[in-house]
Amino acid sequence: MFSIINIIATILIAGGAFFMVTGVLGLLRFPDFYTRLHATGKCDTLGEVLVIVGCMVYQGWSFITIKLFFLMFFIFLANPVGTHAIMKAAYLTGLKPWKKGEERR
Amino acid sequence: MIDVFLALGLLIAATILLSLYRAVLGPGVFNQVAAVNVIGTKVIVLLVAVGYIFDRPMFVDISLLYAILNFIATLVMSKYLERGEICSA
Repeated sequence: MFSIINIIATILIAGGAFFMVTGVLGLLRFPDFYTRLHATGKCDTLGEVLVIVGCMVYQGWSFITIKLFFLMFFIFLANPVGTHAIMKAAYLTGLKPWKKGEERR
Repeated sequence: MIDVFLALGLLIAATILLSLYRAVLGPGVFNQVAAVNVIGTKVIVLLVAVGYIFDRPMFVDISLLYAILNFIATLVMSKYLERGEICSA
């Protein structure tokens, strides 16, 4: 049970879970749409990549590892693009960024 | 090692419930779309974790497909919100 592979995988999965929780914390606590995108866009991508790499380490060398790599690689590309698309749509339709001192939006 | 994935799954499910608040009550439609994008990313990881808990290797394919669908949904939603229509044909 406590082989070195399991320990490394557990550490990676714990790190990924930590970043996912902080991403949701930012999503709930930040005052404005753009700042929330800061938190979720970055933390979710990193959290997801760490968890999938942890699963790959645990899985060893097999066909599933290649599928997990494709999943991780696709998310690593797709999440920032999706965040950018939704941010551009919000900015072009006139959603003003939050300034310090304004109330939460 | 299975209880590590179980703990991960429960934690991810808790974060999904938390971000559901922003998805339902988000002040504007853009907050809701961003929250749905976040939930989609978390569901992918939840699928992989559940796949390991129940020892189903097929769940990785399902989460790959779900990742693609979530990405396309975010793009189409942002295009609709930006231009008011999707295919102008």
